[in-house]
Amino acid sequence: MNPIYLDNNATTRVDPSVVEAMLPYFTEQFGNPSSLHSFGNKVGMALKKARQQVQALIGAEHDSEIIFTSCGTESDSTAILSALKAQPERRELITTTVEHPAILSLCQHLEKEGYTVHYLKVDGKGRLDLDEYAKLLSDKVAIVSVMWANNETGTLFPVEKMAEMANAKGVMFHTDAVQAVGKVPIDLKSSKIDMLSISGHKLHAPKGIGVLYLRRGARFRPLLRGGHQERGRRAGTENSASIVALGAACEQAMSHMAYENTEVRALRDRLEQGILAQVPNAFVTGDPDNRLPNTCNIAFEYIEGEAILLLLNKQGIAASSGSACTSGSLEPSHVMRAMGIPYTAAHGTVRFSLSRYNTAEEIDRVIAAVPPIVAQLRKLSPYWGENGPIENPEQAFAPVYA
Amino acid sequence: MWEYSEKVQEHFFNPRNAGPLNEANAVGEVGSISCGDALRLMLKVDPESERIVAASFQTFGCGSAIASSSALTEMIKGMTLDEALKVSNQDIADYLDGLPPEKMHCSVMGREALEAAVANYRGEEWKDDHEEGALICKCFAIDAVMIEDTVRANNLSTVQDVINYTKAGGGCAACHEGIEEILAKVLAERGESFKPAQATSPVAASGKLSTLERVKRIQQVIEQVRPMLQRDRGDIELVDIDGKTIYVSMKGACAGCQMEALTLQGVQQQMMDALGEFVKLVPVRATTPAGACVTPGA
Repeated sequence: MNPIYLDNNATTRVDPSVVEAMLPYFTEQFGNPSSLHSFGNKVGMALKKARQQVQALIGAEHDSEIIFTSCGTESDSTAILSALKAQPERRELITTTVEHPAILSLCQHLEKEGYTVHYLKVDGKGRLDLDEYAKLLSDKVAIVSVMWANNETGTLFPVEKMAEMANAKGVMFHTDAVQAVGKVPIDLKSSKIDMLSISGHKLHAPKGIGVLYLRRGARFRPLLRGGHQERGRRAGTENSASIVALGAACEQAMSHMAYENTEVRALRDRLEQGILAQVPNAFVTGDPDNRLPNTCNIAFEYIEGEAILLLLNKQGIAASSGSACTSGSLEPSHVMRAMGIPYTAAHGTVRFSLSRYNTAEEIDRVIAAVPPIVAQLRKLSPYWGENGPIENPEQAFAPVYA
Repeated sequence: MWEYSEKVQEHFFNPRNAGPLNEANAVGEVGSISCGDALRLMLKVDPESERIVAASFQTFGCGSAIASSSALTEMIKGMTLDEALKVSNQDIADYLDGLPPEKMHCSVMGREALEAAVANYRGEEWKDDHEEGALICKCFAIDAVMIEDTVRANNLSTVQDVINYTKAGGGCAACHEGIEEILAKVLAERGESFKPAQATSPVAASGKLSTLERVKRIQQVIEQVRPMLQRDRGDIELVDIDGKTIYVSMKGACAGCQMEALTLQGVQQQMMDALGEFVKLVPVRATTPAGACVTPGA
């Protein structure tokens, strides 16, 4: 039985054509792009091409606005720390409660260093209140950092509009777009976004390569100083093979953009409807009308996500969960908590994230596999009776410590 | 994904004694839905002999929670209540060939459900005395609440103190930032500020110690760590000193524990700090009577 990979928001398989494009840069094209001789020169040309391929995918005005980094996290940290360094008189930041840890952990650390961080709340569907946001924008704010698409639910934030609002108040705007790039059309030259983070391995390029888009003219302070690589904005010898790969992956993503938004979306909808039609006490989290085409996050009430994943894995199906056990903490996913999803459901959330490699046969196998797994675990659950959840589960089962 | 033993997987995929037990006369309910695991343990106890004739469980939780519940019911079936109460959370983990440190709390939940069920049978009230916090030390599975309480109760002020009292931070040392944060917080409460200890503790330089003083210090370190190991039903004993090699014997739950190497590493570091020289700690096997403390009845 072939394994089925539905965890593409965690990471993706590298496209075979991308692997082919990068391989020569480990062997015959091993030169340092900074070298004058022909070994280096050819690599330098390849990097230039890759930069233009990235530029095309995100609609940047200039290829020099593309800075290659080691990962999305580095891009995020570079963006935020640069804004703070460049504007030392501004001691506030604005972000959201549902960001990726790459942003949230950094913000929590900055709070310890004396910065004030405003966390925008979300409603039950994971949507922001732009009035709350407008009130926070001031000349004390160094930077706004808001994700383009949420990694757990796929919910899209109106970042283009938010960037315009920030720009009107003279505040820099960064977006962590690692889940959005390659899945939704992006045209940065017609936006007011100052900085944007990309992670290669989310769009069929290898791990260990990322991009920070930096609008020309935006004030910047590098995180890594040293050589003149990336025009002195990110020192360190270029990861040339991976940069070439990312360029090729961006070109692939560009040509598959329509497919992603029609075929992949249709598979996702088929999966979601197929499961919900058979499983009671299950619902979609986030904003179903405004989300990435590849993502669906379903909460299965009264059971725990890791147990679901283990049973899915036994049948060769890979997905992920927002339960406490899978997050490595005692609390279920901060995204689910921020949306006010009750504990009875938050621990049982499962994220299915598709890619262009998934097929209808695979989706049908998953639709068949999920209902018996859920039923099996509910049979074990103290919160589930003969035919459904027990009445007043919180009272009927009242453990000693709650 | 977690590294679950074959046995954990087996008990998760094929849980024993799952589902309601209608004739139960001892029920223990522990855990909470907010933490993501909850367990109802149901026992049928023979009133004459106080022997557990049937046990079953219902669990809301992850793979290891379900496996721990299943293992517990298998272990205690046929035991008297007093015998069952001797089953520790470590026994449950051992029965399953070990649990990842992040998952040890699943076995704790099993042990607590057992206490709660026995209390229920005997008409007593069972009080949970343990509160869990965020996991700080992944080597020894020590959480923030435990560290904070210990720091407060014992007026601790350095990372080394925390290692000595809780073991937290005594392994890979990656959590020292987290421990420092807890220290800073508690110290601030008592109006002090946290001062990181010097990188090298002020001990006599190498070679300056007399043989007697050296042996004394080695014994001191052993005595210092013993209470912590004993708390986990383990122990350590000094066997011999040969130059820079110190032979010890790991006993009880420590023997063959999956974290033995880390424990030794932590003790070795303390030895080096105390002696101001490099030493190697080597465990010697099989000096204890076989199975002295290792999982009775398992």
